[in-house]
Parts: sequence; structure tokens; C-alpha cells
Amino acid sequence: MKPNLVKAAPWLVVAGMFLLWELICIGFDVPEFLLPAPSAVWHVGVEQFEPIMMHATQTFLTTLAGFAIAVLVGLLIGMAVGSSPLLYRAMYPLLVGFNSIPKVAFVPVLVVWFGIGTVPAILTAFLISFFPVVVNVATGLATLEPELEDVLRSLGASRLDILAKVGLPRAMPYFFASLKVAITLAFVGSVIAETVASNLGIGYLMMSASSSMNMPLVFAGLIVIGVMGVVMYELFAFVEKRMTSWAHRNPNGAA
Amino acid sequence: MSFVKFENVDLAYAPGGALAIEDVSLDVREGEFVAVVGPSGCGKSTLMKLISGLRMPSGGYVYVDGRQVGGPLKIVGMAFQNANLLPWRTTLDNVMLPLEIVEPYRSTLKKERPRYEAEARQLLARVGLAGFEDKFPWELSGGMQQRASICRALIHQPRLLMLDEPFGALDAFTREELWCMLRDLWQLQPFTVILVTHDLREAVFLADTVYVMSKRPGRVLVRREIDLPRPRDLDVTYTDAFAGYVHELREHIGRVRAS
Repeated sequence: MKPNLVKAAPWLVVAGMFLLWELICIGFDVPEFLLPAPSAVWHVGVEQFEPIMMHATQTFLTTLAGFAIAVLVGLLIGMAVGSSPLLYRAMYPLLVGFNSIPKVAFVPVLVVWFGIGTVPAILTAFLISFFPVVVNVATGLATLEPELEDVLRSLGASRLDILAKVGLPRAMPYFFASLKVAITLAFVGSVIAETVASNLGIGYLMMSASSSMNMPLVFAGLIVIGVMGVVMYELFAFVEKRMTSWAHRNPNGAA
Repeated sequence: MSFVKFENVDLAYAPGGALAIEDVSLDVREGEFVAVVGPSGCGKSTLMKLISGLRMPSGGYVYVDGRQVGGPLKIVGMAFQNANLLPWRTTLDNVMLPLEIVEPYRSTLKKERPRYEAEARQLLARVGLAGFEDKFPWELSGGMQQRASICRALIHQPRLLMLDEPFGALDAFTREELWCMLRDLWQLQPFTVILVTHDLREAVFLADTVYVMSKRPGRVLVRREIDLPRPRDLDVTYTDAFAGYVHELREHIGRVRAS
């Protein structure tokens, strides 16, 4: 395959999708209040650039705050659960059960506790995105080769030594892989909470736009979220590659 | 004076469960090269765990260096069939890992790093890995990884080296090369070796004494001293005396199987 084609492929797919969408809207004469054409969405985007950016910034910062808490908490729980078989057995059902609860259903509870505003959105972003971090860190730690552990233990290494010298470095690829998943989930969480319980953020913007049948603005909001998600995903994919190049080695030699 | 001594040792992994080894008594001199052979599942690896203090016997006593084993021993180095090098560390850093854990190296590592590094480089050079110090494990062949793994087991100058089928996953030629490497290391600076293997030629070529173990629960069936002159060359493996030893041990193993 040609390397140029591989590089251009994602852009071509996106451009193709917008083109198809535009053609369908024109060809079938779809009314704007059902499905606005990309051109109409673009038009609204340019027209309302400033309010959109203001709400997008709010959503972005909310998401980052929730994500940061998720990484911290996820790392700690993952380390605890991954390095102790007892905790692993004890905590896992609870964590899985907790993760199965739809977070939308939990937002009203958060509103009762913290009121309308940014706090429920940050917490929803956190709640929805910490689980993959926990699972991945725990998996990275729990799959340590027993022989390697024997080698270190026979030297008199403490559990903390083993965690620091082998466990954590070994879990890093799992950890960085989970960040990519977690950041996109964090966007889902904060936008969900904003649609229900906020007067700021892209979620709120979309909610109020749809109640006034301003569909192009709703779609503009969707696209902004999508773009932010892709950018952050790529950022963490890049960080992952830089930090754990040994796990992505190419077979022909130096990474 | 024995260096490693087993007195009627039993071990059950679960309390009251089936015994992995039963009534094992051994006596190893300081500086002796011992090989333990037996069918798979005979508890050879269990022996290693007992000696290194990772497991306590269910019955009997284990002594190392005149003292009863009550926990991990720092005078022990270990290597396994799988080289288990850490992929995020260079070969040199892999070899130096034990120095980050074992005293007195641990507390002096920062100050004396250049000296320890020179020692590690020297050790790597001795096993033919000069020039590969800064390569990562995945850039080394299987045999080279195993050489590095053995260096890691020896870097803190343990008095006892324990090897669990270290050459089992290598091709025949590489394996013979590594036999000679191990022989040279041991002859240059004698330490006690306990080698667990199922390769009888390997056992006879390298060891002073070979123990044959029965299938589960493992018991020591035979203790055979190998009276071949040292230093041994690979040519010795084609002599009648060598073939005689291998043949004799093979018959014991055969009997283990049949019984």
C-alpha cells in the first residue's frame, strides 16, 4: 500500500461522509428541522462562533477536570486491586456493578447533592471514565510473570520494590492505552450531565438549541464534541507511543 | 561441611494436600556443581523454591550455609527457562537490576555506579555480549537473552546459583555453546550451582553430582557422582565414559517412568 494513501485515508473518509450527507440532504430535499445539511451546519458554526467556543471551552475544561480525577483515582484503585489478589477478588464485582449503572441515571442524584452547574458534570465525567483506567492498570500489574517475581523476591525485594521496578513500568502500556478510552468517555459524561443539569457547556447549548428547533446548531455542537474527542484521543495516542516505545517496537530493530 | 543440606524434607503446596516432594535429603558442598534430573512434574522446581526461601517445607529441615532457611536469601541468584528480561531496560540495566535491590549494593549504587557498571560490562563481555550492553532485549537472540539472564543472576556475586532448565528453550547448538559459557564462568570464579534440567547430557557434562528424582511426589532415587576430568571439553560428550553415565542415568529415569 502507498504510504500517502494510508496517511490521507482518514481525511478522505471524513470528507466523503460530509459529501454524502450534503448530497442526501439536497437530493431528497430533507427539511432542515429534521437533518440540516453540512453547509447549513457550517453556516451556523461561523455565525455563532463565539457562543459555541465559549460553551466548548466550558465542556473541555469540565471534561479535563473529570478526566484528571479519573486518572488519579483509577491509578490508585488499579494499583491496589492489581497488586493484591485479595482486593482484586473483593473489589471487582462492586466495580463492575458500579460501571454497569448508566451514568445518566445518576446525574439527578448528583444534582440533588451538588446543585445545577459544573460540579455534577465533572463528577459524571469522572465516574464514567475511571473504570477503564482501573481495569487496565490492574491487568498490567496482575499479569506479572511469576518467575520474575520469584527472581526479585529471592533477592529480598519488598512488594513495594517489585511494584516500582517491574509492576508499574510493565503496566504503563496498559495505562496509556486506557487514557485514550477514558478521555473519550469523559466527554460523553460531561456532555450528558450538561444536557440534564447545567446552563453552560455544549450539552446545554444543544439542549436549548433543540428546544427551539435550531437543528443546525445542535449538529454544530455534535461536531465540536466529536472534534475535541478525536484531538484528545490522538494526543494521548501520541503520548502513549512516546512513553512506552518499548511496547510498540518495530521488529526490524531499534524503536 | 555442607553448604546446602536437606533433611527429610516434605512439601505440600496446600496444607494436608498431595506432597510435591517427599522425604528428600541432599548434601551439597560449597563450590559443587549439582544437577537434578527427573521426569516432568517431579518437583524439581519445588526444590529451588525451598532453597531460595520462597517456600517453607511442610516437614523436615532446609539448611543453607549452616543456617535454617527462614525467608528469601540474598546469597542466591536465579535464572529460568524464560529469560524474563525487562523489555523497557537495556541489557546493561537488566543485568544491574539486582544491584538496585540487594544490600550493600542498593545503598551504594548511586555513588559507585561507574564501578558497578564496569563490573556488569565485564561480566557481559565474559559471556560474549560485549557491544550489546545498550541493546534492548527484543534486539537479542534467544541464546543472547539467556546469557544476559545468567549475568543478571550472577551480578551480585551470589554464592549459590540456581538454574531452572535455563537452556530448555534453545536449539541444540546454542545450548552446547551456553554449556561451555556456564562452565567457564563457574571455573573462573567458583560458586555453588544447582541446575534443574531434563537433559541428561547437559547434567553429565556440567555437574559434579547428579541427583535423579522420581515422579510426583518427588523423591531422590539416585545420587551419582560424575568422575570425568575437568576442565571438560565438548569432545568429552563423545567418549565412552560419558555415554556410560548418560546411559546409566537414562535407565533410572526409565525405571521411574515404568513404576
